[in-house]
Amino acid sequence: MSIPMTAPEVLDREFLEIRAKVLELAASFDRLHRAEGVVAGDPRLSLIHEALDVLQVEADDRAEQVQLIFSLHYDDDWQQKFDMASGQ
Amino acid sequence: MYYIDPHIHMVSRTTDDYETLAKMGCVGLSEPAFWAGFDRGSVDSFRDYFRQLTDFERKRAAQYGIQHFTWLCINAKEAENVSLSREVIAMIPEFLNEPNVLGIGEIGLNKNTKNEATIFVEHLELAIQYNQQILIHTPHLADKYQGTRMILDMLCDDTRIDRSRVLVDHVEEHTVRHVLDEGFWAGMTLYPVSKCTPQRACDMIEMYGPERLLVNSAGDWGPSKPTAVPDFIFEMRRRGHSESLIRKVVYENPVQFFSQSQGFKFTAPDASVTTANS
Repeated sequence: MSIPMTAPEVLDREFLEIRAKVLELAASFDRLHRAEGVVAGDPRLSLIHEALDVLQVEADDRAEQVQLIFSLHYDDDWQQKFDMASGQ
Repeated sequence: MYYIDPHIHMVSRTTDDYETLAKMGCVGLSEPAFWAGFDRGSVDSFRDYFRQLTDFERKRAAQYGIQHFTWLCINAKEAENVSLSREVIAMIPEFLNEPNVLGIGEIGLNKNTKNEATIFVEHLELAIQYNQQILIHTPHLADKYQGTRMILDMLCDDTRIDRSRVLVDHVEEHTVRHVLDEGFWAGMTLYPVSKCTPQRACDMIEMYGPERLLVNSAGDWGPSKPTAVPDFIFEMRRRGHSESLIRKVVYENPVQFFSQSQGFKFTAPDASVTTANS
């Protein structure tokens, strides 16, 4: 299944929304910069920068990639660590 | 367009909201048991809550032509209290034959702890024992991916579970594929900040198709919008999707999924009655 709209139609519809969202991000970073104190070592800021990098790379799964950046790691032997039996 | 909201917490909403939902085209909804915003202290608190879900809310909805269905459990937040959880699980069968009960839910994980996982598995046992459908909550934000994978591990480990009778809710871009690939139903929750937007839900319909996908508002006592499903309908129309596709997602899919429950005796707006397994 695909989106019924063409790429130019999507851009026409969403250009101002995208512009506004980028502007909000820019203003948030300005606010952080203006405020007193230091957050340079805060791991959340690293995640934000990592996510921003994803946006610049051509791909059709950028939303998924950004979600994974902000997600805890999944460990597939968690049941052993919890001492929980698997299988019925 | 008629629609069904498959996940909304009407105990937290006003009667005016029922009227608004009816005016927007809502003809049915299902209300999973959830966290009240505070931890309840006894099994009798849950007994009263289940009376509210199976009796009062059903009647309140009916005043506006909305058919109300519900799911019963102790939610993942309160599952940290294992002894209370076991008392609640033992009490749930008192209500399973009430006319609007669809199954066990919303069970799941919150912070992905051992206690939560233990009580999740005990809920699965209850559902299997009483041949109930299952509705599952997946965690929020950073915990979602890990918690969803853990939930799928527990579900897939148990060969007695019929995957077509299980709905894994609150999926987003990083979890929807895992849920659908394992044969379960997936629900997209339109909820500000912590879950999904109508636009992103439309994206996922376009990427994965409409099969086994549901859209809900999860309207509750927090910041949420009970009319979020009409927002999704509007966004689908703006993109040029067909009315038949939209209707499949917001009406036919919930009917198909819920029809597997003995408690789903639904009168369609055209007056034909949909009963369990029809």
